[in-house]
Amino acid sequence: MSKESTDQGLDVRYIADLARIDLSDEEIAQFQKEIADIIGYVKLLQEVDVAGIDPTAHAFPVVNVLREDIPRPSLPREAVLANAPATIGDDSIRVPAILPDEEEGA
Amino acid sequence: MTDQCHMTIHEAAGHLKSGAATSRQLCERVLARIAAVEARVNALSHLDKDTVLAAADTADRRRAAGQELSPYDGIPLAIKDNMAVHGQPCACGSRVLAGFTSPYNATAVQKLLDRGFIPCGRTNMDEFAMGSSTETSAFKTTANPWDLTRVPGGSSGGSAAAVAAGEAIAALGSDTGGSIRQPASFCGVVGLKPTYGRVSRYGLVAYASSLDQIGPLTKDVRDAAILLETLSGHDPMDSTSLNQPVEDYAAQLDTASARGLRIGMPREFFDVTGLAPEVRQAIEDAAATYQGMGAELVPVDLPHTKYAVATYYIIATAEASSNLARFDGIRYGARDQEAGDLLSTYRKTREKGFGLEVKRRIILGTYVLSSGYYDAYYNRAQKVRTLIREDYTNAFTSCDVILAPASPFPAFKVGEITDPLTMYLADIYTISVNLAGICGISIPCALTRGGLPVGMQLLGPAFGESAILKAARVFEQQSPLAGKMAEL
Amino acid sequence: MKYEAVIGLEVHVQVRTRTKVFCGCSNGAGDEPNTNVCPVCLGYPGSLPVMNAEAIRKTIIAGMTCGCAIARYSKWDRKNYYYPDMPKNYQISQYDLPICEGGEIPIEGKGFSGKPLTPRNIKLTRIHLEEDVAKSTHLGKYSGIDYNRAGTPLMEIVSEPDMHTADEAYAYLTALKQAMQFAGISDCDMEKGQLRCDVNISVRPAGETKLGTKIELKNLNSFRAIHRSIDYEIDRQIDACEAGEPLYQETRRWDDDAGMTTVMRSKENAHDYRYFPDPDLMPVTVTDDQLDTIRADLPECPWSRRDRFVEQFGITPYDADVLTADKALADYFEAAAQGVKNAKTVANWIQTELLAVLGKEGKPITESPVSAGHLADLVALIEADTISGKIAKQVFAEMLISDKSPKEIVKEKGMEQVTDTGAIEGMVAAVIANNPKPVADYQAGNAKAIQSLVGQVMKASRGKANPQMVVQLLKAALD
Ligand SMILES: [Mg+2]
Ligand SMILES: [Zn+2]
Repeated sequence: MSKESTDQGLDVRYIADLARIDLSDEEIAQFQKEIADIIGYVKLLQEVDVAGIDPTAHAFPVVNVLREDIPRPSLPREAVLANAPATIGDDSIRVPAILPDEEEGA
Repeated sequence: MTDQCHMTIHEAAGHLKSGAATSRQLCERVLARIAAVEARVNALSHLDKDTVLAAADTADRRRAAGQELSPYDGIPLAIKDNMAVHGQPCACGSRVLAGFTSPYNATAVQKLLDRGFIPCGRTNMDEFAMGSSTETSAFKTTANPWDLTRVPGGSSGGSAAAVAAGEAIAALGSDTGGSIRQPASFCGVVGLKPTYGRVSRYGLVAYASSLDQIGPLTKDVRDAAILLETLSGHDPMDSTSLNQPVEDYAAQLDTASARGLRIGMPREFFDVTGLAPEVRQAIEDAAATYQGMGAELVPVDLPHTKYAVATYYIIATAEASSNLARFDGIRYGARDQEAGDLLSTYRKTREKGFGLEVKRRIILGTYVLSSGYYDAYYNRAQKVRTLIREDYTNAFTSCDVILAPASPFPAFKVGEITDPLTMYLADIYTISVNLAGICGISIPCALTRGGLPVGMQLLGPAFGESAILKAARVFEQQSPLAGKMAEL
Repeated sequence: MKYEAVIGLEVHVQVRTRTKVFCGCSNGAGDEPNTNVCPVCLGYPGSLPVMNAEAIRKTIIAGMTCGCAIARYSKWDRKNYYYPDMPKNYQISQYDLPICEGGEIPIEGKGFSGKPLTPRNIKLTRIHLEEDVAKSTHLGKYSGIDYNRAGTPLMEIVSEPDMHTADEAYAYLTALKQAMQFAGISDCDMEKGQLRCDVNISVRPAGETKLGTKIELKNLNSFRAIHRSIDYEIDRQIDACEAGEPLYQETRRWDDDAGMTTVMRSKENAHDYRYFPDPDLMPVTVTDDQLDTIRADLPECPWSRRDRFVEQFGITPYDADVLTADKALADYFEAAAQGVKNAKTVANWIQTELLAVLGKEGKPITESPVSAGHLADLVALIEADTISGKIAKQVFAEMLISDKSPKEIVKEKGMEQVTDTGAIEGMVAAVIANNPKPVADYQAGNAKAIQSLVGQVMKASRGKANPQMVVQLLKAALD
């Protein structure tokens, strides 16, 4: 996959791949247009002079919201496995095979 | 006597106290109303009657023993389908969460339970709160009780419609860009978006974490005050919840007065193309009413207003693209079992699980964060957000509250708006409030000639809920809509 | 042409805390699967993270140990990618403002190959804190996931591309592991996944300053594998350069059985992580006062302790190196050395006797059957001439199988040295009377003949007579 050069540099197929969503060809065509329009609109922000302005990541600048290192109860395993679409025995969540070349680590 | 299903919280509390009603009677009446009108309104996505009635009986026993948890013990409330209630589904209007049962309570829900409120029905919503009409719900579109061919607004459209239709005494909603206030205005009810950090978000399924806030949708201002006081407070489970004292907002209403109140009138809000004349008129009439009661109207400037929608749709979709990544069919929810390999499982699960609007916003949000675009979009939007916050800070130096429309137009027809950008642009009056983190309330202020409610917003500075509730209460006492309700 | 390898290491170390980094679940990755999990670490809808203060404190300690600059302001970012072991499909990590920046780790001694290293400092880029992922078990067509590990506090320690040989990388890792153990941050048990390492490696013609094509190595499950994979990869890359074959920026997987690396992911498949500040978490700030408080309690790092052992206890740098290889061992030595006159004796006993026994039984020092106190007592008994070195070995053998103190053992078995002049004189007289030949030899001028007489007296005393006194008294009787 490479980023094709299109309007707004938007390649819906590449982005949908990043977001792990299969899209039909029609949806891709529809989004390619609609989202390019939206991006065209939000480019309005480029006219704003933001030199020297700090970005707002949080509505209110609070720091050091910390928790003491004290254990709290965990969930019962039955409740966790009951929500899982597939399980292995009574202890693990089952997923399609993870291939070595998909391995991530941390 | 008011039909019990149309009662406010404080009226119902009075009946429970005097013995004129039991919780069981109250809940049965609400359930009967739901049975009568829900097929037309479609406000609810889930209802477990047995649990409601069992909780009502428990509340009645407590009260009989003189051990009621609060004056509100035994009053049923509807909860938007994006807040966790232990043992109940939490579908967020989406197929992707099919089969999921929440194993814990949202803090807001827990606070209601601690006072004896009974969760009664989960309300329909735009999928993951992305929409302004409930039309993006995977389950159904809720109808506006005032005109069933029209939308109730969104995303908390189910909550607003339930309250307006008497299917709920009151309801909880969530507001990311107007999702409480706009449906409240469409349905002729009161909707309050608290200051960001006032109410814990723990257990609220995140759409855009830096903007989301839980708040009440109620039949009057007093109920909004009662619920705000119930929901508010610092929560150690939410790092963004702020440690600010909680006030007795309801008691403060008794001394509310417009005399000397400085009401800011933002010039930019009246320049908006597409502002319906009837809405403009309603707001100007409301301003005149305030003036007549001794308030002072102050012109204020919010110069970055025209950038609010663009800023919002970058920040909100970016956060959403990441927040919604967890819905992958691995640990919970619907997994596409035919997909086969892992990658296809992700892609098919999310293709089938999400609706078009959610996909659109995920794609947009993923794009603005993708390699090479961060500075041009996300970082820039965060800087413009700073300017929008500063606009409000400056405005509130010369006024106590700001008066504004809640929406440029009243409730539109189901299916009437199909272009996403047109839909987004209608959020102009609500969105900047979330970006600034301040509080806002929408209350009914007029009916159009066609009989649709028009809402107005009162905006306050951070933790200025007391001011906007009092200003809202003053108007409510003079409201031309007093006693009017949707006829079903 | 001569080539030079350039190596940088990315090491993940689990931080030992009571609870996970963003929730109150127990930090117990190895417990019964999926029992230490909650809505937060499972990424359930509506859940929110709250930062564990202790994880931050320990990361600051790690940074101080490695001489990093501690950021007065750091923040949390989301690293977005899809993987079943990552509950939210984003990892809470730190992108542009990590808690620790810079720093260095000294290496010395020998590398894995046994060749001596030129002592020098390896530069660090940064240390940041993030959340660990779950553990997956591969079972053919499907995999099983245990989320106990998800949310374990994890430090990512990134070195500069500052190493040039597999031996240096090995020495760096060893020193880093020791440092983390000494600081009480982690046991760094690689088999338990408490320490994991990725290697970045490139080669360039010697003298060239521009870096060559960077290749990342993954699936390195032991220090040995790390060493082997680097050696292999240096050779492979140099061969490619010499053959004029192009190298591609890619991730390669080490196959320990085959002893080679294979392509795992090429650059075109590189991730687009879409980092952005996590709106759910507030930034972290620390003041100079807070840093001073932490610094005041800072545990000694291994290389400082090594130097101090040489200075304070008069042991050789080699002994100090061996004794500080492991924090528990260093603690053991230091505790034992406190109670004796000559710590060198303790160092010898640990290295020649105790470690040999433990090595045979495959036990760590923490499971030593002989406590540090008892070892000190044993050495003290030697120093006080209560027992001889020879007897001490018998006492030590006894200590391995009993919890009794050496004093008790010596007393019970009557092993004290006989230092009573009268008793020894009696034995001396008897030996002289019964061994006329050596006595005559000695008196005829053969000084060596006395040895056999000493042996006879020692034998008579069942080894308990003080040998120096025996010699003295023999000489007094014969001269
Ligand atoms: Mg990492
Ligand atoms: Zn947890």
